[in-house]
Amino acid sequence: MKKIRSVSDLEKWREDILARQKQYKAIVAVCGGTGCQAYGCQKIKQAFQKELKKKKLQDTVLLKYTGCPGFCERGPLVTVYPREIFYQRVKVEDIPLIVSETIQGGRVVEHILFEDPDAHRKIINSKDIPFYKAQMRLLLSNNDLIDPTRIEDYVAIGGYQSLAKALFEMEPDEIIGEIKESGLKGRGGAGYPTGKKWENCRRAPGDIKYVICNCDEGDPGAFMDRCLLEGNPHSILEGMLIGAYAIGANEGFIYVRHEYPIAHKHAEIAITQARKAGFLGKNILGSGFNFEVEIAKGGGAFVCGESTALIASIEGMVGEPRSKQIHTVTQGLWGRPTNLNNVETWANVPLIIKQGSKWFSSIGTEKSKGTKIFSLVGKVKNTGLVEVPMGITLKEIIFDIGGGPQNGKKIKAVQTGGPSGGCIPASLFNLPVDFDSLTEAGSMMGSGGMIVMDEGSCMVDVAKYFVHFLKGESCGKCLSCREGLKRMGEILDGITEGKGNGESIALLEELAVVVADTSLCGLGKTAPNPVLSALRYFRSEFEDHIIKKRCPAAVCAPLIQYSILEEQCTGCGACKKICPAQAIEGEKKLRHRIQTALCSKCGSCKDICKANAVMVQ
Amino acid sequence: MEMKVEYVNLTIDGMSIEVEKGGTVLQAARQVGINIPTVCYMENLSPYGGCRMCVVEISNGDGRASLDTSCTHKVSEGMMVQTQSPRVIRARKMLAELLLASAPNVKIAQDIAARMGILKVRFPMEDNRCILCGLCIRMCYEQMDGKALGFSGRGVGRQVSMPFKVRPESCRLCRGCDFVCPGLVIPCQGIKEPGEICGRCVRVEEMASCCSAPTFGCFCERNPL
Repeated sequence: MKKIRSVSDLEKWREDILARQKQYKAIVAVCGGTGCQAYGCQKIKQAFQKELKKKKLQDTVLLKYTGCPGFCERGPLVTVYPREIFYQRVKVEDIPLIVSETIQGGRVVEHILFEDPDAHRKIINSKDIPFYKAQMRLLLSNNDLIDPTRIEDYVAIGGYQSLAKALFEMEPDEIIGEIKESGLKGRGGAGYPTGKKWENCRRAPGDIKYVICNCDEGDPGAFMDRCLLEGNPHSILEGMLIGAYAIGANEGFIYVRHEYPIAHKHAEIAITQARKAGFLGKNILGSGFNFEVEIAKGGGAFVCGESTALIASIEGMVGEPRSKQIHTVTQGLWGRPTNLNNVETWANVPLIIKQGSKWFSSIGTEKSKGTKIFSLVGKVKNTGLVEVPMGITLKEIIFDIGGGPQNGKKIKAVQTGGPSGGCIPASLFNLPVDFDSLTEAGSMMGSGGMIVMDEGSCMVDVAKYFVHFLKGESCGKCLSCREGLKRMGEILDGITEGKGNGESIALLEELAVVVADTSLCGLGKTAPNPVLSALRYFRSEFEDHIIKKRCPAAVCAPLIQYSILEEQCTGCGACKKICPAQAIEGEKKLRHRIQTALCSKCGSCKDICKANAVMVQ
Repeated sequence: MEMKVEYVNLTIDGMSIEVEKGGTVLQAARQVGINIPTVCYMENLSPYGGCRMCVVEISNGDGRASLDTSCTHKVSEGMMVQTQSPRVIRARKMLAELLLASAPNVKIAQDIAARMGILKVRFPMEDNRCILCGLCIRMCYEQMDGKALGFSGRGVGRQVSMPFKVRPESCRLCRGCDFVCPGLVIPCQGIKEPGEICGRCVRVEEMASCCSAPTFGCFCERNPL
C-alpha cells in the first residue's frame, strides 16, 4: 500500500478500489460480529470458501466478513450482493444451496429468508423487514457493507473524505462551529453538547492536548459501541482525526475494555492500516497536521466508563474518579486538556462534516438531533441493535421494530439507560425518545440500553438486580456509594425474601436520595435511578411484597408457591420426572402433588406441564 | 520578590468573607470558625473526597445548588456556600448512620454519629475497623515517600493493601500509617457492642474533657478543629 499524500491521491485510490471491485459479479457478506461469531459464523465462512473453490467461483465471487448489521437474534446472517438477498439463521448445510441457487442460478433460497410473523410472507431484502423498516441507519448501515479489517472497503464508500474536507476546506473554528450547529450531543449518556466541549478544550490553555474515544461500554445488555468499533473502526478514527484537528490535539487514545477482543483487534488493525496509508502519523494528506492514536486496554471495570476514572486508568492508576470541579477539557489526561467522547459521538462526526450541520439538525427533535443506536433486548420478538431518529416513540421501537411481546404476554415496562437509567411503564410508551423527555420520566438516555420487560418480570427484582450490579461495580471510593448501595441491596433482598417491613420503602427512598446527592461521579449519582423509578411507577409491587408477602409476577422465590390443580392434572408424570428436588409425588394417571417443603421453586414443572395444571401464586 | 496574594469573595452561611485564592471551601469555613465534620481529610495531606462527610451546598449564582465535598472544592469569586442547609444535614446524617453501621467501634464514626444526633441505626451492624478513608495511603505516599500502600479491589471488596499483599522494600516500618489511622483510635468508652451508640463526646457541657488523647475525629472543645 502506498502512502496517500494528497486529496487527489485519495480520490485516485478510491477509483482504483471501485474498479477492482467491479471484477466481482457477486459479493457474499458474512456477519463477523461478536453475536454471529457466537453462532458459529466462522464455520459458515469456511464452508463458503470450500464451496466457492469447488465450483471455481473464488475469482468472481468475493467472500468477506462484515460488521454487525444489528439483527443479532437472527444470526448467523449472510447477505448476497448485488441483489442484497438477506439470509438469516444460516446453517452450514445451506451453503451449497446458496452457492448453486443464488450465486449461480440467481434464485432465492426460501427457507432461510426472514418471514414476516404477521403476514407469513417471505422477505428477500433486509430493507423490507419490519425490524429495519422503521430504523434510520446512518451509522450502522455501513457495517453491512464493509469488511472492518480492510481500509479499502471504507475508502470505497467515501471514507476519509470528510477528513480531507476538514483539513483543506475548513478552519478548526469552522469545524467546531459546524458541530455546534448540528446540535450533536454526547452519546455516552450525559448528553453534553459535543461542539461546546470541543470549543472548551480548544480554548483551554496548553500546547499538548489529547482526544480520547470511550469504548468502555459496560451496561448489561448494551453493545452498540462494541458493534461500531468492531464493524467500522475507520469511521471512529476519522471522527477522532477531525476532532483532534479542530481542538489542536496531536495524540489520541481509544479506550477499549478487554472483554471486547474483536473490537480491540479491529481497532488495532485499523490503526496499522491507517498509519500505512498515511491517515495517521506526520503530515497527514500533506496538510502538515500530525496525529497518532494508541489503544488503551481497560480491565473491564464499569466505573472506568466515567471520564476521570477512565483517564486515571490510562495513566496507569486505579480507575477511580476524581473531583469534578475542574473539567477534563482543561485538566485531563496527565493534567493536559483532554476531550473525551463516546464511540457513537465520534462516529457521527464524519457524517456531519460530509453532509453538513443543516442536514444533521433536520433529523430528530428540537433539542436532540440525529439518530441514536439502542440495543433492544429483553422480552420482544426481535432483539438487536436499532438505530432510530431522536423523537421516535418508545411504542414504535418496541412494537414496530421490536415486533411486540413474546408469547402473547403483555409488556409492562422498558428499562432505558442501563443501570443508571430507570423503568418507564407501558402507560408512557408514547413518550418521544430524546434526552430531555427520558430524564423527565425519571430515566435517562444513557448509552442506549433498552431492556423490555413483560408481566413475567418483577420490578422489585429488576431494581435489586441493578443495585447489586452497581454495588459490585462501584469503585468504593465514596462512602455513600459503597455503603449506600450495599444497604440498598440488603433492603431489596429483604423485600424479595418477604422480610420487608413498614419502614423498608421509606428507608430505601431516603437512602436513594442521599446516595444520588452525595456521590462523586455519575455512577453513584445515577445509581438509585432504577430503584427510584421503580418506586415511582410500580410502588404497588413493592407494597405487595411487603404487606401481602406475595410477588405479583411470581419471580421472587421465597414469596411464591407452586401447586398442581386437581381438575387439570392428567397424571402424566412429566413433572415428577423433571423435578430436581424430587418434591412431586403421585402415581401414574392419578393426581400429582407438590410437597411444598421440598420444592426449590425452579419452575421446571410449570414449563413442562402440557395440561397447564401447575399453578404459581 | 514580592508575592502578590490574590483574594476571592464568597458567602458561607450568609457570611461574606474574603479568602486567599486557591484554597478550598473547607479551609475557608474553618478560617471563620465554621466546623464542617470530616473523616478522610487531614491537613498537609492531599484532599481525597471519599468520606463525603464534608459535603456542603454550593451555588455559583446560577440558581442551581449542588452538593460537593468542601475539602476538594476550590473557592471561587461569588460562590455561595451553605454548610447547614436541610439538604446538607439530611445527607450528612445518612452518611453518619452508614459509617456507624459499618464501623461502630471506630471512634470517629461514633463521634460524628453523636454529633449528628443519630440515636438509632436502621441497618444491620457490622464491625469493620478500616473505614477506607485512605489516610494511611496518602501519609505513606505523600509524607513518608513510602508508596507501600494502596487500595485494591473495588466496591464492597475494596481494601487497603500492600502491592500483591507483600511488604515492599520501600516500606521502612515508619508507622506513619498507624499514626493517622482513625480505626486504631478506640472509642473513649472502650469497645462496644455493635449497635450501641456512645455520644458522650458531643455533650461537652456534661463532659468537658472526655478525651485522654484528643484526636482529629473528636468534636469536644479540646479538639483544635
